[in-house]
Amino acid sequence: MPDINWTALIVFILLFGFITWLGFAAARWRKGDLDLLNEWGLGGRRFGTVVTWFLVGGDVYTAYTFVAVPALAFGAGAVAFFAVPYTIIIYPLLFLVFPRLWNVCHKHGYITAADFVRGRFGNRWLALAVAVTGIIATLPYIALQLVGIQVVIGALGVTGNGLAADLPLVIAFAVLAAFTYSSGLRAPASIAIVKDTLIYVATFAIIIVVPLKLGGFAHIFAAIPAKKVLLAVPGDHTTGSYSAYATLALGSALALFLYPHSMTAILSANSGRAIRRNAAILPGYSFMLGLLAMIGLFVIAAGIADMPAYAEGFKHFGSNFAVPALILHIFPSWFIGVAFAAIAIGALVPAAIMSIAIANLYTRNIHREFVNRSPTNKQEAQMAKWVSLVAKLGALVFVLFIPTKYAIELQLLGGIWIIQTLPAVMLGAYTRWFNDWALLLGWAAGTFAGTAMAIASKLTPTFALTLGGYTLPGYSALYTVLLNLLIAVVLTPVFNGMRAGRAPVDQTAEADYLAS
Amino acid sequence: MNGAEKKRRKSSWWYLLFLIQFVVILWPPLYNKIEPTLIGLPFFYWFQLAWVIVSAVFTAVVYWATRD
Repeated sequence: MPDINWTALIVFILLFGFITWLGFAAARWRKGDLDLLNEWGLGGRRFGTVVTWFLVGGDVYTAYTFVAVPALAFGAGAVAFFAVPYTIIIYPLLFLVFPRLWNVCHKHGYITAADFVRGRFGNRWLALAVAVTGIIATLPYIALQLVGIQVVIGALGVTGNGLAADLPLVIAFAVLAAFTYSSGLRAPASIAIVKDTLIYVATFAIIIVVPLKLGGFAHIFAAIPAKKVLLAVPGDHTTGSYSAYATLALGSALALFLYPHSMTAILSANSGRAIRRNAAILPGYSFMLGLLAMIGLFVIAAGIADMPAYAEGFKHFGSNFAVPALILHIFPSWFIGVAFAAIAIGALVPAAIMSIAIANLYTRNIHREFVNRSPTNKQEAQMAKWVSLVAKLGALVFVLFIPTKYAIELQLLGGIWIIQTLPAVMLGAYTRWFNDWALLLGWAAGTFAGTAMAIASKLTPTFALTLGGYTLPGYSALYTVLLNLLIAVVLTPVFNGMRAGRAPVDQTAEADYLAS
Repeated sequence: MNGAEKKRRKSSWWYLLFLIQFVVILWPPLYNKIEPTLIGLPFFYWFQLAWVIVSAVFTAVVYWATRD
């Protein structure tokens, strides 16, 4: 590990100090009564098109994304570029489904996806399944954000032994926990504006400076092993890397907006129209993510992995060290501070939103449903604040005491689990045709099969499905959500027949889904 | 069928633009190649990046066309 880079460290600390102040000051922004869950946990649903853009962008394109996507490109090559079709597909989905969900949630005061499912299908157990899936899928995601911070702190040369080594991370997290507790969703919303500006500056600097230093794109790609530049062409009787690539993109896209933190950011918009507009302007981030994926390839071309100065970093953090090493290699100290601060602050924004989303789910769909059925508004908001602290503490303990590998594997499983809520949430926004118990059984089958597939493929995302002598490698999440849907469709008429007309009441009406 | 509903039916054809981008971007054989390159970037990379922009334009078109 290199010695401490003081210039970079001071710039880093100054920027971090600034956003700490901003996080606390945010409590007074568009002031509301923070003793109401709607105000603390959704910012009073008052964010317009621009703030929503920063908030969703800060939420979807996390620090971990910025470290892990280039790391995947660095390690595995072209397949990492699936992030681009993935982000192309998410926006039509956002455009089609989420204005409807926003409308109905606004009308009925729903704060979480599970709230909506409870109202739509009138089944508390189905709502519980949605809430628990959301919480469990999000926890490892928070832990991964911490991994992002760990990598840049290590790259700044701040090292030590035992507890001292973890001190910077603990401080960063204490700061995060404190401003989330006091300001709620307003904190990540205001910090997201700073974070995204820094991320854009850093990315464009890398994408302009690196090709100039390495002699242009043609030079760079000539220096990369050919099998990493393109996807491997499939052999006979298999769809090979093609189906893996396409299903990874589609499955990840379907899962994304089902994550509680995406839902929180979307529901905090001030209108369905703000969401639609965002579907057209959010691709600004996708473009940047594509550029970042290529940066992982630049690292190969620059030959940085073989330089002794970075050997220890790569040994310690694996390919996640690729981007930090490139930044250390090409930029002056002050800019290293800016770029690393961008990554670290980029971790705080989604981590804050995720912990708020978990808090909303626990408070509304578990505590209020099963423990205290009639809390006062103040009790409800207070409960959420405490749960957000507990969620973050859990993530911190996880990162400090359990190898990073497990957080990554759990996050992979989280994607497979969260997509199983698609029939109830996304299709539920369009139709009440499904039977609630059929949806619950479909969810259970999908979750079980998805977990089994992931284990069978040694905790990698793609499962080699074999059909009549043909192998179709694909993303387990997509395969199992199809199974889930099939079961829900087959069992719906069966269960409806057994129930004979005593279906629970749908609290929502078709008009609630349309803009008023 | 009243006037508002007729308008909705007619304008919903615009949603087919979404279908086009789904099909194109989820069919890797279409773009898994080096040539033609653009400023040194293999086709695989610049084609997909270009579709990010195309899809944003499509979404904007649908937004304007289906606005009430």
